[in-house]
Amino acid sequence: MNTEIALFLIQDGLTNGAIYALLALALVLVFAVTRVIFIPQGEFVAYGALTLAGLQLGKLPGTAWLLLGVGLAVAVVELAQALRLGLARRIPAILFKFIIIPVALLSLAWWAAPQKPALTLQILLTLVLVVPLGPMVYRLAYQPLANASVLVLLIISVAVHFAMTGLGLVFFGAEGSRTPPFSDAQWKLGVLNISGQSLWVMGASLALIVALLLFFEHTIYGKALRATAINRVGARLVGVSPAMAGKLSFTLAALIGALSGILVAPITTIYYDSGFLVGLKGFVGAIVGGLMSYPIAAAGALLVGLLEAYASFWASAYKEVIVFTLIIPVLIWRSFTTHHIEEEEE
Amino acid sequence: MSALLEVRGLSVAYGKVEAVHQAALRLEQGRIVTVIGPNGAGKTTLLAALMGMLPARGSISYAGEEIMRFEPEQRVSRGLCLVPERRELFAAMTVEDNLVLGAFHRYRKRDQTIAADFDEVYRLFPRLQERRKQLAGTLSGGERQMLALGRALMSRPRLLMLDEPSLGLAPLIVRDIFRVIAGLRETGVSILLVEQNARAALQVADYGYVLETGEIVVEGPSANLASDPRVIESYLGLVSSGAG
Repeated sequence: MNTEIALFLIQDGLTNGAIYALLALALVLVFAVTRVIFIPQGEFVAYGALTLAGLQLGKLPGTAWLLLGVGLAVAVVELAQALRLGLARRIPAILFKFIIIPVALLSLAWWAAPQKPALTLQILLTLVLVVPLGPMVYRLAYQPLANASVLVLLIISVAVHFAMTGLGLVFFGAEGSRTPPFSDAQWKLGVLNISGQSLWVMGASLALIVALLLFFEHTIYGKALRATAINRVGARLVGVSPAMAGKLSFTLAALIGALSGILVAPITTIYYDSGFLVGLKGFVGAIVGGLMSYPIAAAGALLVGLLEAYASFWASAYKEVIVFTLIIPVLIWRSFTTHHIEEEEE
Repeated sequence: MSALLEVRGLSVAYGKVEAVHQAALRLEQGRIVTVIGPNGAGKTTLLAALMGMLPARGSISYAGEEIMRFEPEQRVSRGLCLVPERRELFAAMTVEDNLVLGAFHRYRKRDQTIAADFDEVYRLFPRLQERRKQLAGTLSGGERQMLALGRALMSRPRLLMLDEPSLGLAPLIVRDIFRVIAGLRETGVSILLVEQNARAALQVADYGYVLETGEIVVEGPSANLASDPRVIESYLGLVSSGAG
């Protein structure tokens, strides 16, 4: 291996690693706030990528219909609850949020898709179609069992993962898609060719990480999420509802997932089920951080990206094996360095 | 005068064990009411149920509204606030952020008067201002209680429920805390005070209830309770030799 290849592999590894880092942060966030190990994180990557790919072909993406379907399901659940509690005044808000808005978004996508709007508008449209699925999934699948044990929540996650993969096949079909790169620019830096797309990915990831940091440090909702992660009872006592915190963290996770999908779509071909593997690599990063530390999780995810790049050069048939084997020494190391904390009884 | 809080037939059970049985109590606007009783009498359970943290049966009428069905968050935004025995602070966050979060429901309503309440809390507890950039987990016991009280005041409560505010604190700090509690009444906050330190509690309160094994056994104006032979024998006699 010469320097040129080594540098190229680093660039490749950091580009993928940046995306894994985003997903790792989302996983740590969701786990800290809700104790959910969010396996379906990867599905949001696939949904984001495939929705954008659909829009670029001038087709109405299946996500628009899916959003309406899931919206209807949430509306039914919310209406049943409102009627049971005798809170009829909530009905207009429920109808607006879960039926009227999805119908409006469907119509918007229907109208906009064939006109092939500018890339920025396509990305925005992708986000408004995919991100609301996050809190809706929380409402349907997790909120009714929010106090269950971590294991039960994990089993729910597996179920949601399979359901979302299946729905992905129905709404996007079996073919993979790849979108054109945001930028065709190439720069020569010594022996290394830097591609515009990899700069896009790293820049956007960095920007998103900084934005998250500012959100957690300086906004009241960010502080409320941290408070919930630190002390659930204390958070309830100051009026932070666990359901609100759950929906907010799932919204962020869906946003991060969809954006990762948009960033990764020009680099790899994404199929309806590609998200799982991408999400799992983010998960390895999150495990390095003990599902607890944001910076270590991000660093772990970058390491995963680099390891993957070098593994695919030396032993490309085994690259997934090598990446996922990393989890074993990490778990051994963590089990020796952290004391075990019994799960709190609720 | 109509009561701010009127509790009737309140029962709370952990599984089949009933921790509070058919409790009834009443608190008028601007008063301090105390619930005293021995360890395990159900005092903490009673407050948790009033806050909505535990499922309960019976009726809780607050400011003329039946709030039994409401979630804790909805009770907070109506001006109910509980300072629990374990304080439940956000240990890994700064003192200032703990206070900010105390006003969470007011930020949601875009309340513009929050800054003034910061000044007020820092005036009451200058120690908190000195330590505002410090993590809550690094505070001493007394400072934690101050922070718990300060965080509660940031929610601008109408009814403040305090669970054992003197627990584990040095006598000097206990005096400070009770001075603040008495001062709060002047600002129109009603207080429901649960204490093992019966002497201090009866001194500051207008009315008192004695809770034993989940049932209210005696009630009356604090002065009467303080001279009730049964109360003296069970609570004041013992307490006076210890803290007081």
